Amino acid sequence: MFDPPDRLLLGLVTGTLFGFLLQKGRVAKYPIILGQLLLKDWTVLKIMLTAIAVGAIGVYGLVAVELASLHIKPMLWEGVLVGGVLFGIGIAIFGYCPGTGVAACGEGRKDAMVGVVGMLAGAWAYVWMYPLLVPLIGDDGDWGKITLPEVTGIPAWGWFVLVWLIAVGVNVGLPHSRPVMQDQSEKTALH
Amino acid sequence: MNVLSQKYWSPYVVGVAIGVLSWFAFASADHPLGITTPFEHTAALIFQTADPALTQAYMQKTEKQPVIGWEWMLVLGVFSGASLSAWLSGDRTREIVPELWQWRFGSSVPLRLAGAFLGAALMMIGARIAQGCTSGHGISGTLQLALSSWVFVVVIFSVSALTAFIMFGKRGREHV
Repeated sequence: MFDPPDRLLLGLVTGTLFGFLLQKGRVAKYPIILGQLLLKDWTVLKIMLTAIAVGAIGVYGLVAVELASLHIKPMLWEGVLVGGVLFGIGIAIFGYCPGTGVAACGEGRKDAMVGVVGMLAGAWAYVWMYPLLVPLIGDDGDWGKITLPEVTGIPAWGWFVLVWLIAVGVNVGLPHSRPVMQDQSEKTALH
Repeated sequence: MNVLSQKYWSPYVVGVAIGVLSWFAFASADHPLGITTPFEHTAALIFQTADPALTQAYMQKTEKQPVIGWEWMLVLGVFSGASLSAWLSGDRTREIVPELWQWRFGSSVPLRLAGAFLGAALMMIGARIAQGCTSGHGISGTLQLALSSWVFVVVIFSVSALTAFIMFGKRGREHV
């Protein structure tokens, strides 16, 4: 039931760095998440696309030298589409995603704390409903653990170039907010 | 000014750092960053203790033993890391009802908390059906060029933006 202590410690250290970065990146804040969904403040997509562009090259490099392996989630069409729709509606109402919701608790946000309890309740509902959900997440429509290079025949480096172009385009072309000091009170401004 | 006590790091810096952190996660634990699996495991463990019959179908089908492991500690770490960052920069808040929500739905605390609870529960059900969240699919899966993850992020951004515009409209943009 428990991982060995060194692995638990490793998880804690990795998570601490992740949470620290999410808070510094200001994505543990309701107005930043909703600013993204209302297509005004692109902080969330800038962070995600930059992380993906940088992460992809390193992780594929680690796999190439056999220091890590890929962990691809299966392409279950019904599961990904139905799950994605429910997730998308939920995030707009809650105002945080799972990781940023946990991070927002660290800022003292009470709505996020109640949301984390709601997340546990949702997980409970999922386990309870599991027998009913099996058709959605079972074998039907399962393409398996497949990657974009495998589906399209375009090699991984071609996808890296595309991801970098999108990441640079969004980073350069779209605005994000940052706090500015103004008469002792803090406002935010797009730039 | 000490960088650790700043309230704002540029999204480019944070994005690069999270990308490098994903290298670290793969290299040190051979595990992608993800948040929601331990919630499922915790729920299953509680169920198992309370009434094993309820989880029998789940246990048989998933053929996996829920664990308190690396991912569980990762979630705990996200909380402690964000707490540390917020404490160092004095970036803590007592706010319960965000300004945008207040503008649209009023200042009722129970209403906001009910919305947070139900929205978060729906989000978690969706994440477990799709087998990933904004971290597991949105960052870790996409950087591995997984088809499922790219489909998932396109769906969640389209649906969440649509929902936000239905809830708050274009004028809501003046309040974020």
